[in-house]
Amino acid sequence: MKPFKRRRRGGITASFEPGEAHLIASLAAQVVELLRDRNGESESSPDPLASQLGIGGPALPPEDPVLQRLLPDAYADDAADAAEFRRYTEQSLTSAKVANAEALIGSLVDGGLQHDGEEEQVVEVELDPAAAQAWLRSLTDIRLALSVRLGIESDEDTLLVHESDDEAVVAVAEIYDWLGFVQETLVGTLD
Amino acid sequence: MRHNGGVTSTAPVELDQPDADTVVRTENPWVTIVWNDPVNLMSYVTYVFKSYFGYTDEKATELMMAVHHEGRAVVSSGSREEMERHVQAMHEYGLWATLQRDDA
Repeated sequence: MKPFKRRRRGGITASFEPGEAHLIASLAAQVVELLRDRNGESESSPDPLASQLGIGGPALPPEDPVLQRLLPDAYADDAADAAEFRRYTEQSLTSAKVANAEALIGSLVDGGLQHDGEEEQVVEVELDPAAAQAWLRSLTDIRLALSVRLGIESDEDTLLVHESDDEAVVAVAEIYDWLGFVQETLVGTLD
Repeated sequence: MRHNGGVTSTAPVELDQPDADTVVRTENPWVTIVWNDPVNLMSYVTYVFKSYFGYTDEKATELMMAVHHEGRAVVSSGSREEMERHVQAMHEYGLWATLQRDDA
């Protein structure tokens, strides 16, 4: 991987090994799938007009802990206000997150990400300002999702996961750290 | 809730000056709070405060450090509707934010 950097003409570029690009795209797609599963409930809303207007969303927080983190309550100590706010806003938040993840996948595809089985090449992405914003948010969502699955709840946990006896946990922890590095270099181009 | 009277009315001279704290609270009755989490990068949180709220580098860094060390920080105050928009925007950025009445 070559980290994000800003070119003199203003474009933001990075390059990823095929395996790295597949990994990011696959994680983004998993976030999309999770969010779509959540949205699926409201698409079968008894009030089609409310659903179409995007005001008939679910009132209760998601049960999945990853979705709870991606779609948190807006009111910490008032369940009724939190439910009302969620009913009116969760679908647009979900749509925004899906769009960000899809934009991230789109720029990897534009950069040369191949479908499985095709000859693989280094993926070079070039982000315009809108795509950079989508990447920032989508990388955050992916890292939030991984942190929940890794059980990271404190700063110490981010170190402790590397000492797990479970090799799969250590492998995911390395991906989590690497995505943090990717995001750090992207933020660095925007300051 | 306390309302502002007519702006043009003249207060009797002998009336007590309004408590400054009450005036501030009446004008900015709701606050947006961002909570600490172990995931979001310090650089990213600072960037969000700068680019979304338009804060200076110094102010954004100060707020980020407050979130980091104190566990939470009030990042904005204003009307309820305005705070709801901010919280929704923070959630899109992946920051953990809530709004509440400024009764602190």
